[in-house]
Amino acid sequence: MIKVENLSYIYQPGTSQEKVALKNINLEIPSPSFFCIVGANGSGKSTFARLLNGLYTPTSGDVIVDGMNTKDEKRIWEIRKNVGLVFQNPDNQIIGMTVEEDIAFGCENLGLPPEEIEERINFALKAVGMEEYRKYPPYLLSGGQKQRVAIAGILAMMPKYIVLDEPTTMLDPKGRKEIINIIRRLYEEEKKTIILITHHMEEVIWAEKIVVFFNGEIVDLGTPREIFSKDEKLNEWGLNLPITTRISKCLLERGFNIPHPILTPEELSLWL
Amino acid sequence: MEVLKTFPIGQYIPANSILHGLDAKAKIIASFWLIVFIFLIRLNLSYLFFFLLIMLGIFLSSLPLKYFLRSLKPVYFLVLFTFIIHFFFGEEGGRVFWRFGIIHITELGIKMAIFMSLRLIFIVMITSLLTLTTSVLELAQALEDLLKPLKYFKFPVHEFSMMMTIAIRFVPTLLDETDKIIKAQKARGAEFGKGNIVNQAKSLLPVIIPLFVNAFRRANELAEAMESRCYRGGEGRTRYRRTYWTLKETSFIFFIGIYSALLLIFF
Amino acid sequence: MALISLKSVSYTYLKDTPLEKEALLNVSLNVEHGERIGILGKTGSGKSTLIQLIGGLIYPTSGEVYVKDKEIRKWNSKELCKIVGVVFQYPEYQFFAETVFEEVAFGPKNIGISEEKIEDCVKSALISVGLSYEEIKDRSPFHLSGGEKRRLAIASILAMDPEVLILDEPTANLDPRGKLQIMNYIDRWVDKKQKTLIIVSHDLDEVMRLVRRVIVLKAGEIIFDGPSERLFMSYDKLEEAELDLPEIVRLVKILQEKGYPIEGAFTVQEIVERILAYKGYKSLWKC
Repeated sequence: MIKVENLSYIYQPGTSQEKVALKNINLEIPSPSFFCIVGANGSGKSTFARLLNGLYTPTSGDVIVDGMNTKDEKRIWEIRKNVGLVFQNPDNQIIGMTVEEDIAFGCENLGLPPEEIEERINFALKAVGMEEYRKYPPYLLSGGQKQRVAIAGILAMMPKYIVLDEPTTMLDPKGRKEIINIIRRLYEEEKKTIILITHHMEEVIWAEKIVVFFNGEIVDLGTPREIFSKDEKLNEWGLNLPITTRISKCLLERGFNIPHPILTPEELSLWL
Repeated sequence: MEVLKTFPIGQYIPANSILHGLDAKAKIIASFWLIVFIFLIRLNLSYLFFFLLIMLGIFLSSLPLKYFLRSLKPVYFLVLFTFIIHFFFGEEGGRVFWRFGIIHITELGIKMAIFMSLRLIFIVMITSLLTLTTSVLELAQALEDLLKPLKYFKFPVHEFSMMMTIAIRFVPTLLDETDKIIKAQKARGAEFGKGNIVNQAKSLLPVIIPLFVNAFRRANELAEAMESRCYRGGEGRTRYRRTYWTLKETSFIFFIGIYSALLLIFF
Repeated sequence: MALISLKSVSYTYLKDTPLEKEALLNVSLNVEHGERIGILGKTGSGKSTLIQLIGGLIYPTSGEVYVKDKEIRKWNSKELCKIVGVVFQYPEYQFFAETVFEEVAFGPKNIGISEEKIEDCVKSALISVGLSYEEIKDRSPFHLSGGEKRRLAIASILAMDPEVLILDEPTANLDPRGKLQIMNYIDRWVDKKQKTLIIVSHDLDEVMRLVRRVIVLKAGEIIFDGPSERLFMSYDKLEEAELDLPEIVRLVKILQEKGYPIEGAFTVQEIVERILAYKGYKSLWKC
C-alpha cells in the first residue's frame, strides 16, 4: 500500500516564482488495484506522480510506500525499484541505442547478472508485444511503440506499482489503444498495481477508484460510476465526460428511462 | 532491405563475415595501430604489401568493393590536391623533368606525390574496414572497455561512455527536430544563409535557441527517467552486453603484429 | 482559379538511398477560397508531407503544386507566407524570443510589414487567441502555461494574416478545456476574417466541429475526398483508413445495427434527437 499523509509540495519556495502544486493530500492506494488520477492540466497530478517514487520529496507531509518513507535516503532506491514510473514523452525516457539495450538499462542499474537480465528482457518484450523490434533503434519506432518499450523497461525491473503519467497524451489513437490494452493486461494478468494519471476520461472507465485533482487538491474520490454522475462538477474541474455518458445523460434529461451514468456504447445499446 | 533499417547511424553494413564477427576491441586496436604504422614504414615496396593487407581485409569483410570506393568520395578532392601539390610544388630531388618558375617536376616529387596520396587512401580504407564491419553500438561499448584502465587516472570512464551512448542515441532524433524547427521558422518567413557573416549567424538564432531550450528540457526529462530506473552512476552496475575476447581475436592481433614486424624488417 | 491546386503530386523521402520512402503518391486536389477542410489519416499516411508541400516548405518529387495559379517553385518564400500560414505540431517548441511581443512580431517583420503596423498585427493576433496584449507582451514565452504557449504559437502565425491557415494537430496534448478553447478561437478567427482553413488531425471530434470537407489519406494516397457527413456514414472507409473509430462512431455503429436511423449524426444533440425520434416512432407504431 502507498500511504500519502498531509502531503504538500511547493515549487521554488521562498522565491518570486513560488508555486503551490499540491496542498494537504491524503490518500491510500491499496495493492493490487487499478487506481486512476484525473485532473486538468495544472491540477498537480504530474507533480504527484514524481512524489510517489521519490523523485521529488514532499515540502511537508509524507509518502510511505510499503512502510518505507520516500524521505529516507537509505530506502529510496528500493522504493524506486518497486514504484516504476512511465513518463508522458515517449522519446525522453529511452536511453538505449536499441530496444533491447534500453530495457536492460534498469536491470543493469540493479546490478543483475547478464543471464537474468536476458530473461527479464524476454519477458518484458513479450508482455508489451515488441519481440520483433528487439534490435531496433528508437528513432525507427512510432510513439506508441516507444511507450511500449518504456513500459517494458519498467516491467523488467519487476516493480509492484506502476505509475503512468499521462502515457497516451502524446500518442495517436492507435498508439493510445495499444497502451491502454497493455495497462489493463498488466493489472489483470500480471497483478500489478496500476496508478494511471490522465485527463482522458474514456481511459478510466475500468478503474476501481478514481481520484479527482483540482488546483492541487483532491476534490473527489469514488468509483467511475460515482464520479461520472457528477457532470457539472466535472466541467468545473476542467474535465469531460466520455461521449456515451453525455448522450445517456441527455436522454435521461429528456425523460428517457435509463440509468446514469452509462459508461460504454455497448452498455447504452442494452438500454435501447 | 529490412535489416538495413535496424542499424543505427554510421556506415555499418551488416553481414556474416570474419571481420564482422571479430570483437570490436580487436578491430579498433588493429586499426589504430595500422594507421600509426603507415607513418613508420618506408616509401618503398612495403606499400605494396600494405595494400595487399588491405585487400585481404576487404576480402574478409565479404562486402562489395563499391562500398569501400564510395568511402573515398569525401576525400577524393583532398587526395587529388595532395598529389598535385607534391607533384608540382613538392620536394626536389633526383632527376628534374621540367621546371617553370616555382613549378618543378622531379623524380622525388613524383615519388612523394604517389606515396603521400597512397597514405591518405590507406588511412581511409582502414577506417572504412572498421566502420563498415562494426556497428555504432559495438564501437561505443568497445571504446568503454578500452578506456577502462583510465579509471586509475581518475578519468570518468563510465560517465564518458554514458555520454557517448546517449549522444549517439539522440543524433537522429535531434536531426529530425532541427529539420522541424527550420521548417517552422521558414513558415514564418525566416531565411537562412543570406547576407554577410553576421547576418547569417543572426538568422540562425531562431533555430539554435529552440534547439538548445528543447535540449535542456530533454536532458532534464531524461535524467528523471534514468533516476526513476535506479541509475546512480557507474557504481554497482552490471553490463548486459557480453563481449568475448577469444582465440580468434588474439590470433588476429598476432597476425597483424607479425605482418607489421616482417614489413619493418624486410623493407 | 482554385486557391491551391495539387496536380499528380508525388513525394519521395531520401530518394536513391536504401531508406527511400514514398510519402505521397499521385495526389491531386483543389482548395477553393473559404473552404474548411480536414485531413485525416493514420500516422505515416502522408498528412504532414501534404501540408509541407502546400506550404512550400518542400517541393514535390513529381507533379506540381499551384498557389493562386503560380507554381510553388516560382513563389518567393516571404510572399508565400502571406498566403499560406502553417502551424506545425507542438508549435511552442519553436519559441526563441525574449518577449511575447518579439515572438509574435517575428513573422510580420520577416514578411516586410512596416514598423508602425507591426504593433497592430501583434495586438490583433493575441486578442484572437484570447490573450491580453498589455498583460502578456513583455513576458517571456517560456514562462507561460501550456495552454497559453499553444495559443501564443498560433498567434505568431495569425499575425501574418495568411489567406489560408493550415494547422497540424492544433489541440494535441491539451486537456479538454484547452482543446475547446483553441477550437473556438480558430473557428472565430477563420469565420470573422473569411479565411480558408485546413486542419490535419487524428481527433475526429475536432475535425467534425470545424470542417465541412474531409480528405482521407492512406499510405500516401487519397481514399476519400468529400463532405464530412458522407464520410461518417461510410464506416468502411473509416476502417479502411485505419483511423481508430472514436467512441462516437463506435456508438453510432452499434445503434445502427439495432435499427436506429442514426446515419450522419455525429454530435451529442443530433444522436439524442435521433434516438428519441426513433423510440417515439416505434411506440407510435405499437399504439
